Amino acid sequence: MLDPNAPILVEAKGVELELPDMNAARAFGRRPLTRILHPVTLSIRRGEIVGIVGESGSGKSSLGRLLLRLHEPTAGRLAFDGVDITHASQDTLRPMRRRMQMIFQDPQSSLNPRRRIRSIVAAGLTLDAGQRAEIRDGELVRLMVAVGLDPALLDRFPHELSGGQRQRVGIARAIATRPDFVLADEIVSGLDVSTQAQVLALLRRLAGELQLALAFISHDLSVIRNLCHRVVVMRAGRIVEEGSCAALFDNPKADYTRRLLDAIPPLVPDPNWLGRPPPGAAEAAQAAG
Amino acid sequence: MVERALPEIPRLGGSVAHRGMPSWLKGLRREPRVVVAGGYLLLLLLAAIFAPLVSPHDPLEQDLMLNTLPPAFSAGADPGYVLGTDSLGRDIASRLIHGARVALTVAIVAALAAGAFGTVLGLLAGYYGGWVDAVVSRLIDIWMAFPPVLLSILLVAMIGTGLTSVILAIVIIDWTRFCRVVRSETLQQTRMDYVDAAVVLGRSRWTILTREVLPNVLPVVLVLLSLEMGIAVIVEAVLSFVGLSVSSDMPTWGGMIAEGRQIIYHGWWVMVFPLSLLVLTVLAFNQLGDGLRRLTDPVMRR
Amino acid sequence: MSPALLSIAGLSARLKRPPHTPLLRSVDLEVAPGEVHGLVGESGAGKSTIGKAILGILPGAIELAGGTIRFCGEDLLAMPAGRRREILGSQIALIPQDPMTSLNPSRRIGDQLTDGLRLKRGLNGKALEDKAVSLLRDVQINDPEAVLRRYPHELSGGMRQRILIAAAFSMDPKLIIADEPTTALDVTVQKEVLRLIRSMQASHGTGVLFVTHDLGVVAQICDRVTVLYGGMIVEQGATADVLAAPSHPYTAALMAASPRHDQTGSGMQPIPASLTAALQGELARHGLERVTHA
Repeated sequence: MLDPNAPILVEAKGVELELPDMNAARAFGRRPLTRILHPVTLSIRRGEIVGIVGESGSGKSSLGRLLLRLHEPTAGRLAFDGVDITHASQDTLRPMRRRMQMIFQDPQSSLNPRRRIRSIVAAGLTLDAGQRAEIRDGELVRLMVAVGLDPALLDRFPHELSGGQRQRVGIARAIATRPDFVLADEIVSGLDVSTQAQVLALLRRLAGELQLALAFISHDLSVIRNLCHRVVVMRAGRIVEEGSCAALFDNPKADYTRRLLDAIPPLVPDPNWLGRPPPGAAEAAQAAG
Repeated sequence: MVERALPEIPRLGGSVAHRGMPSWLKGLRREPRVVVAGGYLLLLLLAAIFAPLVSPHDPLEQDLMLNTLPPAFSAGADPGYVLGTDSLGRDIASRLIHGARVALTVAIVAALAAGAFGTVLGLLAGYYGGWVDAVVSRLIDIWMAFPPVLLSILLVAMIGTGLTSVILAIVIIDWTRFCRVVRSETLQQTRMDYVDAAVVLGRSRWTILTREVLPNVLPVVLVLLSLEMGIAVIVEAVLSFVGLSVSSDMPTWGGMIAEGRQIIYHGWWVMVFPLSLLVLTVLAFNQLGDGLRRLTDPVMRR
Repeated sequence: MSPALLSIAGLSARLKRPPHTPLLRSVDLEVAPGEVHGLVGESGAGKSTIGKAILGILPGAIELAGGTIRFCGEDLLAMPAGRRREILGSQIALIPQDPMTSLNPSRRIGDQLTDGLRLKRGLNGKALEDKAVSLLRDVQINDPEAVLRRYPHELSGGMRQRILIAAAFSMDPKLIIADEPTTALDVTVQKEVLRLIRSMQASHGTGVLFVTHDLGVVAQICDRVTVLYGGMIVEQGATADVLAAPSHPYTAALMAASPRHDQTGSGMQPIPASLTAALQGELARHGLERVTHA
């Protein structure tokens, strides 16, 4: 259960982000900047699972990467466990890196195809200099079992594994460093529902056992509702609504949240669901007609 | 309690790892051309290294009494000269074997040097981007604007003939081949999530470049190296054809082709044998490169 | 009694190379005129393979191992290639999965949209342009004249999917294969596209074979549904019945695994190992049956 007095681990205050616009032409070798995040404020406590939801272009992935300092904020303040890391250099960050980890969307591209699973997972371990081989191997087996994988898979290459297995390897690599904060970026969007259910059950269990601060980025509100304690809804680089999962889903305040929720096809056939026009669609159709 | 992974539904393109046979051996069985081309090149290399031992005659020994002897299978041949002799009575087989020394030295040294130089620049440009990339990319653009054959002839004419000059000319011209491809491959690999995963693990940029990116770029370099060796063999032949390679007391395939061309009507074998060997060797390098590409890709290596 | 629009019987497919892994195991399926028939299952279930078999675009590694695909009574697999080409495009059309790669990036929207009309209906000039404009109006695109002159990269994913829908309906086909047409789209766009397909289908009386992995989409757009696992049909019936009271435990397990946005603690139950074992057993039996009477 979530402790409301748990210490805040990740704190972003009014962070903004501008990145080079990849669609714009280069001018003298540089691309013009485009605004990705408008001031965003967000904090995550130890042991808390926070969902970040939005459609494509909402800036949810950019916000996640910024929390890990894979992007440097253009303005605002970012702190990790009380330490200001807003503009910390990569060298300053390196010792903190193992405390903040990431699980990626595409296990295909996040696992180096030329490395065996053993070496991929061990990458998180070998940072403990001087660990003896047998201790390391024991730890690797423990990690594999912890994510529900057969330790025999350690000697395979990523392409020899199924999508669900690869995603478990991604999780094993992330928890290998015993992190405090983990960012999960759309980690189940490529998986079948039954595999998704397994991976999410695993993630929830690990987050509880390890008391992780977990930021879970997804476009899928249904997954977020059933996994997260709290949710922030993003649109066009801004947080449009924030609250505890149950409250926000049962009683959305923002129009956009309502539209998002309304757009999810319910599992029970509802003849009115497609029939009922969403706000604004009728006028659009009229203008077109 | 953790749920066990579901038994996999059979799916297209799925793979089962077979134990027992090492995977590279399995791969060789599927890519026989690597064996054939590699075997041929290995044989050629051994012949070149041990040329004085395996050559039936001294390649420079002239015997005007025995000039333009046909190869052993035709009428009027001398069985001691398997591939016949040239217009000065020198043994063609021996000259081919000694010519392989020059050809392979140039191929290996020039390709490795051009590969090393181009790969390092390409890696740096692709990984660090920014001004490093801008400088390297412009350099390549300018370099590629020069006509290569003219440039190499000009270079050798300027720095003088000889083995070193030929190699230098090839390196100076062909490093861009490696640089261009390695740069774009590095750029592509750098965008992959596993690079971010390594950043998140606190790896330094240098470690990421050498441990994560380089292994994924190396197979491409391997292929290019093989192709480049083929190209180097041709360039060396062209330069010796026009007399700009090593001195004339050292047999070269290009030189032999040039000599044979003059007497093509009464001694076809003088030109045809070195030409065939040249074509065969270049073909072998190309096939080896293509086969290696398939063999070293773990995704293709199913 | 009117014959079914599409009638698939005993359709089997497998990998061409040994070990000839079966991909479809004796699939029977019917689509009535004007009906939206859902094909649902997880990856490897064979749902896309069925669509591709109908369209004759199976990948080279897959071969059919038996069965018939009848369209308006004619066997698509047995007819001459010429007759089949006549039917494809004009009477059977496809709405593809990925609106990004399904349009040729170097041709204008107008040209791509009207390919079928030019080729098969011989339209051209003003008549063709008028038809193209009215097609885009049908899929609720603003300023159709301007859109016709655009290139694909200038349009959003939702717009492109509308254009692909317009192209599919342009020949007024009797059957449309929709292969995961909303998987690549945001939810709000997905809803628009689903509504569009539903209304176009209803007004044209088109039969639709709707391939999807999303039970929610099935619930909202399909009249009937076929649930697949490992290339075999586990359940078939009216959508409302199947979802309200699944007769096969796999269907129930799929529903239990699907999270719901309107209930906390719903769904996300992994499929129990006992069920997976039972399914593997069923697959094995299915495989045996086919071999014995083949």
